Amino acid sequence: MDAIDRLVFTFFNADVAARYWQDIVRGMGVTALLGLAVVAAGLALGLALAVLRSMAPRGVRIAIEIFADVMRALPPLVIIIVLFFAFPSIGISMSSFTATWLALTLILAAYAEESIWAGLNALPSGQREAARSTGMSTWQALRHVALPQALRMAVPPLTNRAISITKSTALGSVVALNEILNNAQSATSHAGNPTPLTLGALAYLVIFIPVVFVARLMESRQRWMK
Amino acid sequence: MDALLHNFFNLDIYGQVLPYLLQGLWATVWLSLLVIPAGLVAGLGVALLSTQARSRGVRIAVAVYVDFFRAFPPLVLLIFIYYGAPFIGIDLPKLAAVMIGFVLNNASYYGEVFRAGIDSIPKGQMEAASSTGMTRWQALRYIVIPQATRNVMPDLVGNSIEVVKLTTLASVVALPELLRVSRDAQALLYNPSPIVLAAMLYLVLLWPLVRLVAVLERRSRVAR
Repeated sequence: MDAIDRLVFTFFNADVAARYWQDIVRGMGVTALLGLAVVAAGLALGLALAVLRSMAPRGVRIAIEIFADVMRALPPLVIIIVLFFAFPSIGISMSSFTATWLALTLILAAYAEESIWAGLNALPSGQREAARSTGMSTWQALRHVALPQALRMAVPPLTNRAISITKSTALGSVVALNEILNNAQSATSHAGNPTPLTLGALAYLVIFIPVVFVARLMESRQRWMK
Repeated sequence: MDALLHNFFNLDIYGQVLPYLLQGLWATVWLSLLVIPAGLVAGLGVALLSTQARSRGVRIAVAVYVDFFRAFPPLVLLIFIYYGAPFIGIDLPKLAAVMIGFVLNNASYYGEVFRAGIDSIPKGQMEAASSTGMTRWQALRYIVIPQATRNVMPDLVGNSIEVVKLTTLASVVALPELLRVSRDAQALLYNPSPIVLAAMLYLVLLWPLVRLVAVLERRSRVAR
């Protein structure tokens, strides 16, 4: 067997692929579901925290700031492992899906809060004063004047962040979540052949290349609008 | 409350494992000091290729490279390299697998940051430099790259924090960095306190850097 044949037999083995492709497809479902759940909950929580930080008393503001700092400083894998392996010993057990989802959601929320709050902060205070002087309430001025502009400023940094955090769903494999990577690894050890890993790698590209492509389109539109 | 103190903040266990965890922390710092400069150099190379290459083919190849690694989870890359290599008869040491994975992945991220920096320098500067007799390389070396680097400093530091956080992935291939050491200690002592202590050590290491990025970002916003 020459080198090319051996490479094909090892990484692109049709027999092995035929036996295990369904595992990978099932993993894709879990990865996609988890990614969507993280993005939805993370952005919503981040928005809520940013709004709260712009209105709440000092103590709450500082608490939010500390939350955002801690979540941005800790490695995601450490948070997942603490939730999954350490929390059960104080009586809080959760599934590997919940642990991964919760960890990534809190992290995305921290970055979203920081980006949206930076956007709110960058607006001249005259804008909100002007809105208030037209008879809008504080809440209305925030909701209709400040937030729409802040959100637009927060979009470019947040798309990149959201992509890299959804890619981190692969970390769920460390706590045996049955997503793509975990399924690919166990299929590889069953088969004694790394073709499932190749399939898993392709599966990630199938999911994330379109996402990266859309992000690029948004970036170039944003640049063009400036 | 007792359960919390016993399982999360167990001082006896902290005292017992701290020396090992500090060794793990050193390994994390060393690993970061290896992969961050390598990623910076490779990223600058990627950015120069994507902005300066005369051949369209090269520029497209670089764009494909960058997007590929934006879409590809680093853990999958590491596992692919580490568990795939033996199948084709290559016995890759853990550190080598980690280094290859990190450089491939980081070159793409740092590359995007440097590219944004180079794009932020007006074309006229390059033209002015060459009108004084500088070669293209000299103009890049002395005029464009220093300013580009300064303009994207917050993003460079921010990305480096991400790289330090990514070193935890090396625990998956049993490289004894901080996370790995703490998990081994947890398994040995049947108590999760070592993981909690490791989390605190990561905070001590990274919180100042997160603050530094905030300061740099504010300064660059003010400078504009």
